[in-house]
Amino acid sequence: MNKQMTAADVVGQLRDGMTIGFGGWGPRRKPMAIVREILRSDVKDLTVVAYGGPEVGMLCAAGKVKKLIFGFATLDAIPLEAYFRKAREAGELELMELDEGMLQWGLRAAGMRLPFLPTRCGLATDVSRLNPEIKQVQSPYADGEVLLAMPALNLDIAFLHVNVADRLGNTLVTGPDPYFDHLYARAAKQCFVSCERIEERLNLDAAQARFNTFERYLVSGVVHAPFGAHPTSCPSDYGWDLSHLKRYSASAAEEGGWDSYVAEFVTPGESAYQASNGGADRLSALPLPVF
Amino acid sequence: MTATSEFTLAELLIVAACEAWRGNGEVIASGLGVIPRLGASLAKLTHSPELLMTDSEAFLVEEPVPLGPRGDYVPRYSGYLSFERVFECVWGGRRHAMIGPTQIDRWGQTNLSCIGDYQKPKVAMLGVRGLPGNSINHINSFFVPSHNTRAFVAGEVDMVSGVGFKPERWEEGMRRDLMDIRLIVTDLCVMDFGGPDRAVQVRSLHPGVSFEEVQEKTGFPLLKAADLKQTVAPTPEQLALIRRLDPHDYRASALKGNPPGIRQA
Repeated sequence: MNKQMTAADVVGQLRDGMTIGFGGWGPRRKPMAIVREILRSDVKDLTVVAYGGPEVGMLCAAGKVKKLIFGFATLDAIPLEAYFRKAREAGELELMELDEGMLQWGLRAAGMRLPFLPTRCGLATDVSRLNPEIKQVQSPYADGEVLLAMPALNLDIAFLHVNVADRLGNTLVTGPDPYFDHLYARAAKQCFVSCERIEERLNLDAAQARFNTFERYLVSGVVHAPFGAHPTSCPSDYGWDLSHLKRYSASAAEEGGWDSYVAEFVTPGESAYQASNGGADRLSALPLPVF
Repeated sequence: MTATSEFTLAELLIVAACEAWRGNGEVIASGLGVIPRLGASLAKLTHSPELLMTDSEAFLVEEPVPLGPRGDYVPRYSGYLSFERVFECVWGGRRHAMIGPTQIDRWGQTNLSCIGDYQKPKVAMLGVRGLPGNSINHINSFFVPSHNTRAFVAGEVDMVSGVGFKPERWEEGMRRDLMDIRLIVTDLCVMDFGGPDRAVQVRSLHPGVSFEEVQEKTGFPLLKAADLKQTVAPTPEQLALIRRLDPHDYRASALKGNPPGIRQA
């Protein structure tokens, strides 16, 4: 069994109109090498599910997003995601704006093959008013409480970036927080994982094995993509690239800014991308953020 | 006069914010932003050591972590609190967060999503983030660095992201008893929802600020608390702890112009 693929193979699985999810959180551990490959493709009309960072802004800027299912879009160190903001203020996007916890609950329901999971999150806010397709349920027990029935967020494809993987699809997330990648993997028909380092077969001690956060049967393909999270962070390997993120953000305010960004950083491919961002020496030395 | 000019407005607000967590018991104290985080840290180091805090990433600490680059300081951890566990904590109600929403209305409803029409907003902000779930599940307080009618709006906030005390928003059968809103700390005053039917009242005014000025800069009518006071100045002990918690003086950039704690005429 060998699940190794190229990013182009993976993106070749995408079809117009699919619902896709991205792991990570804001500017943290986003599968950006795969995002850049999507930007190089002609796929369109995507429904994107994410705790959004630059992947959301870039896919919006490229006109590939029909609908966004999200709790936020931010680069953290730069609070407002410039291209998301542009698309949002132009009224271009269909939206399902969710509480962060509702999004998690929707992924969890999908992973458990349930139609919905009950929660209080979202009640008495405009989240429920603006999303009339999200219904309420009444507890069948004596309390009779009215709850929000968060529908399953079933994904066609989930894209994740991890520190280490093997060719069987086993993965390790060595940063301090696994975020919700495991739920994206469970919610999707297919999950493709890019990784910093690839091994033939993981051979771990018990302490290392605890960095595995979901089972390999969830993984359809593995892409070796060193610095594949750049410009987002990939703890414990490298931090986010604030100077790149600033440049990316600033381009949103420039005439033809997106086209120039694409021409400089997307079209030439991944090795040129690494070279134009200072090469492996600089990328591997990007400091992890301190809070 | 020397004693009165020895603290900044930011330091006054840190001490005011720190009061939000008094007597909360063993809950996660989450202060989002420089002043709320220093307030929570100060609460834990002084009146409420039972509070739980994180390193603002994924680990629990018993010693609040100083802000910014750490030099020789190496945090020691007492446990783990990934984002997933934060949600579990939120839904169990064992948290008190102080957040800085873009808009707040008279009912305590908050907005972090957008300004203007939802479909084509004038300004798109972050998105609702965790506000719907946080606000309905645990105690919240608010921090507003610039008290004005854009923050404290006249009607409802443009997009209700966090729940409040507006009865029309709650349907029969929904549980409202799990949420509460405590303090609103601003650059002018400290307020709470202690008026009749949870109306907003001013509890204390910062030195040199009048009730009339606060009212003028608020989009809805305010009440005066029965025991309306002047906001209590930081003690030398509190100032020493704040300096230790904020060695790079991030608090000096937290408010525009870093004004003194006692307003100059």
